[in-house]
Amino acid sequence: MTKIVVVTSGKGGVGKTTTSAALATGLAQRGHKTTVIDFDVGLRNLDLIMGCERRVVYDLVNVINGDANLKQGLIKDKRVEDLYILPASQTRDKDALTLEGVEKVLDGLKEMGMEYIICDSPAGIEKGALTAAYFADEAVVVTNPEVSSVRDSDRILGILSSKTRKAEQGEGDIPARLLLTRYSPERVESGQMLSVEDVKEILAIDLLGVIPESQAVLNASNSGSPVILDRDSDAGQAYEDAVARFLGETREHRFLTSTKKSLFGRLFGG
Amino acid sequence: MTVASEEKAVLEFKGRMLMMTVLHLKDLDPNTLHREVGRRLDEAAQWLRDAPVVIDLADPENSSQIELLAAVDTLRGLGVNLVALARNAHLDADTAAMLGLGSISLAGGRDVPRPEPAPASQTPAADTLVVEQPVRSGQQIYSHGDLIVLAPVSTGAELLAEGHIHVYNTLRGRALAGVRGNTAARIFCQDLDAELVSIAGHYRVAEDLPDNQRRKAVQITLDGDAMRFVELSGK
Repeated sequence: MTKIVVVTSGKGGVGKTTTSAALATGLAQRGHKTTVIDFDVGLRNLDLIMGCERRVVYDLVNVINGDANLKQGLIKDKRVEDLYILPASQTRDKDALTLEGVEKVLDGLKEMGMEYIICDSPAGIEKGALTAAYFADEAVVVTNPEVSSVRDSDRILGILSSKTRKAEQGEGDIPARLLLTRYSPERVESGQMLSVEDVKEILAIDLLGVIPESQAVLNASNSGSPVILDRDSDAGQAYEDAVARFLGETREHRFLTSTKKSLFGRLFGG
Repeated sequence: MTVASEEKAVLEFKGRMLMMTVLHLKDLDPNTLHREVGRRLDEAAQWLRDAPVVIDLADPENSSQIELLAAVDTLRGLGVNLVALARNAHLDADTAAMLGLGSISLAGGRDVPRPEPAPASQTPAADTLVVEQPVRSGQQIYSHGDLIVLAPVSTGAELLAEGHIHVYNTLRGRALAGVRGNTAARIFCQDLDAELVSIAGHYRVAEDLPDNQRRKAVQITLDGDAMRFVELSGK
């Protein structure tokens, strides 16, 4: 049984691609055969984050158009077994994505025995984002703790509840979970950022995880290695927790309080 | 976009207030009229001479159509810009049309029989819409009767109901009750943090909401032209 997961947000730059890469890598590390697809046709990024940009021959649009078969389009990850990447086309635009074409690709991946297909959605609420979400069984909504990102996520949640295939077939909303990224407890405490509780209250969905604002994410992007592979980093561990929760494990949320404060607490005997 | 906006607009209806002069005629004798009206017009400013005039007869029951026709001819001959005849029980639109005039009610529509207000629905429950899912930004929900929402209503979401609106959660979006003009419609919400609330076209935006009612359980009613916010006791 293949599960199709869309990673989406509405707003750009909140960490969809970082999350897609980490989630796919984490699932594959746990032995689940996983493909991550870049739906951001025209603004290809996932290959950079996954560090396979020098091995891209064919892309999603080539496979949809039949210029290449699925096996030719898939890039096998060199670090993690059972992990495949299907990059976006940089030269085409999102009109090249057709629902029939995407369905054919997803069906092909199912036949290959994929357990998880992670769809990295482009920003916005236009065709690209709708196509990425259409076939999803489940959604991960990536949100930053600030009002515009929260509002856009809310908009996306509304769209998910009506514009997916399951919704159109009357099977109701697909399950959607919140991943709060770039979280800075210090800035929450100083009132510059919304807290986890604020965001949860506004969006009214389950919390999959909180990823702290971390230099490790930038380092990982620059080096083309998903941050979840950086096991010593806070962000890497937070993604590791999120993957465990995604698979049904119960794990305490970490990195929610400022480390500075606890250091002070220790100094002053608190 | 709506179809109408895609087509080229050929015409447009606009309501406008116009100044019209009402000429009360107590005597329809052409000679008297010619003398009196001519004198008044000589005294009058140019704008009054060009003003559209509505004829209102002081004694319509005892005025024959022949007399009326003669009077209208005389007035036209003097250059009076006649546009309409005031309507009453004895002078209907047909008489006005015969004189080449429009028919206007000067009674502010009071003499026109009004359609009876539709009887209140006997089965309000059938029209009530109950929503259990969060109403997200960009979503709009319309109820022909009451609207009951059990989940949060986000900023950017819009609730519209011809009847009452109940939100048993946080209301952050817009809530418009009585959208077809029902001034008795009310809005109830457990946690008021709305962008806009409206009853029968009267509205308040977030900035104008009473501060002491914000984030409270509140009932909103319309009292004349004023919106009333009353905290719900919660007992």
